[in-house]
Amino acid sequence: MTMQADDPRLIEFDVRTDEMLVNMGPQHPSTHGVLRLVLRTDGEIVSETTPHIGYLHRCAEKIGENLTARQFIPYTDRMDYLAGMNMNLGWSLAVEKLLQMEIPEKGRHLRVMIVELNRIASHLLGMGAYGLDLGTFSPFLYAFREREKILDLFEAVCGARLTYSYLTIGGATHDLPPGWLQQCEAFLDQFEPNIEEYHTLLTTNQIFVKRTAGIGLLPAEMAISYGCTGPVLRGSGVDCDLRRDGEPIYTRMYEGYDFEIICERDGHYPDDYDYPPVPKEAQLGDCWHRFYVRMLEVVQSVSLIRQAMDKYSQTAGDYGIPVRFNHKLPAGEAYLETESSRGWMGFHIVSDGTAVPLRARARSGCFSNLSVIGEIGHGCLIADIPAIVGSLDLLMGEIDR
Amino acid sequence: MAETESSEQPELSWLEGTVLPALEKSFPEEIVGCTTEVLDPWIEVRPESIASVCRFLRDDPEFHMDMLTNISAVDYFEPDPKKAKRFKYDPHLELVYHLWSTHSKRRLILKLMLPRWKNDQAGQLPEVPSVNSIWRTADWHEREIYDLMGIFFLGHPHLRRILCPEDWVGHPLRKDYEMPLEYHGIRNR
Repeated sequence: MTMQADDPRLIEFDVRTDEMLVNMGPQHPSTHGVLRLVLRTDGEIVSETTPHIGYLHRCAEKIGENLTARQFIPYTDRMDYLAGMNMNLGWSLAVEKLLQMEIPEKGRHLRVMIVELNRIASHLLGMGAYGLDLGTFSPFLYAFREREKILDLFEAVCGARLTYSYLTIGGATHDLPPGWLQQCEAFLDQFEPNIEEYHTLLTTNQIFVKRTAGIGLLPAEMAISYGCTGPVLRGSGVDCDLRRDGEPIYTRMYEGYDFEIICERDGHYPDDYDYPPVPKEAQLGDCWHRFYVRMLEVVQSVSLIRQAMDKYSQTAGDYGIPVRFNHKLPAGEAYLETESSRGWMGFHIVSDGTAVPLRARARSGCFSNLSVIGEIGHGCLIADIPAIVGSLDLLMGEIDR
Repeated sequence: MAETESSEQPELSWLEGTVLPALEKSFPEEIVGCTTEVLDPWIEVRPESIASVCRFLRDDPEFHMDMLTNISAVDYFEPDPKKAKRFKYDPHLELVYHLWSTHSKRRLILKLMLPRWKNDQAGQLPEVPSVNSIWRTADWHEREIYDLMGIFFLGHPHLRRILCPEDWVGHPLRKDYEMPLEYHGIRNR
């Protein structure tokens, strides 16, 4: 977005101040971790945004070259630590692709249930933190109220609340505890009507709309060229979701499931649910749309979990036995991308025939999503920068790996 | 654990029947070959012509590969002389480009082989043309590869380190990289 001379936000267009370099971060609360942005500003207007990353770089890829495939699972948790299950799944599927291994049907339904639950938790935090970025505290508390319940469910499953290492190569470390499905059902029943509340708190909130609608416009071509994925890409109106368009080994997981890919088609969103209308100020590809896509995805995830619970309880058999820690990998390579909550998480595993991979490359969705900020943060106000950063829903653990 | 059935056959016939002939017609000299007997079939390209092949794949309406999802660099090298006997590969670097089309939802993998060091002189980084002007994703991906794997991308507008500090020495993902004992007074071991 470039400032026009007749923009009402500008009082005097001709009055220019000295250019100033402003450091945002790495400890700025609105930068979601340790992201440092260097802004070149002319008064209130940002003429250049340069992100500096690497403060959380742990060289996870190098660690992956020194551990066996299954030992690497806990390190994937620490990439996107708000969607650990999605990371576990990405690595597990990539290794399973290399091993040409298929997990039992029951295990697939279990995985759908777990990753979609994690997607809700991750989107809830994204929503709450976005509210914080824009100066409202309450949505954060509401989001955490529900997120805590999801974490409780995960704790019951695997004992961990953040770094799960639950889904693993060959299935999951163990089956669901008795009574878990009922607890999950009770949570969904309680959670679903509350989504309305979030929409009232943020989506249709006039202040929120003013802060986000028309800000940080990301046209579809630019999003594709920069490799933006996930809700950021779909917020620009590109109909792409790996759960439908991915590779067979991944899409087979979602076979037989009924879900919709959230994105604006022909000027409107899917209308099978009572969504709040799109405000007239909002333009496709702005911060508001990216936020909205996430909110609607939560509803889809709830429906997916319900279907998965049905299928899981109706399927007989095993949830999948994990491979041994020193399981040998065949020589060769495999690359697989999965739809994580923040974008496509791709793992490229190269093996020379031993148990330890020769290369464990992690392609992170946020890494590419962040790279676009120099482009969309051009010409906006300083106060819009947190709005743009928040709408990309960045997580530095995944960017720096 | 059953073997996965070969559900990627249509992808393979598309690669062999459509992509490869079109590329070989437009770039008779530049295409080294196509490897299909693997999980992810790839087309190998000469390093110096990667940019023109990529531009063709992006702009040709038949392929429309408008998205570069990932670039991986792999170091095929075994520093341990005991293990090196069992290591089947000649030492080299590989760059793997994973392309995707938002129109046809098809994926395509390009590969190129590079020497570990330019002119076999240790310390001289191998060079390859940048695809930054074709897909902007490459901007950060190439910076990351330069930083961690030590491959120089010709024509990249600002090729500098991205994850490691600016004054870092060496390229950590190289197999023969040795961790420095000290960095600005911080002891590592």
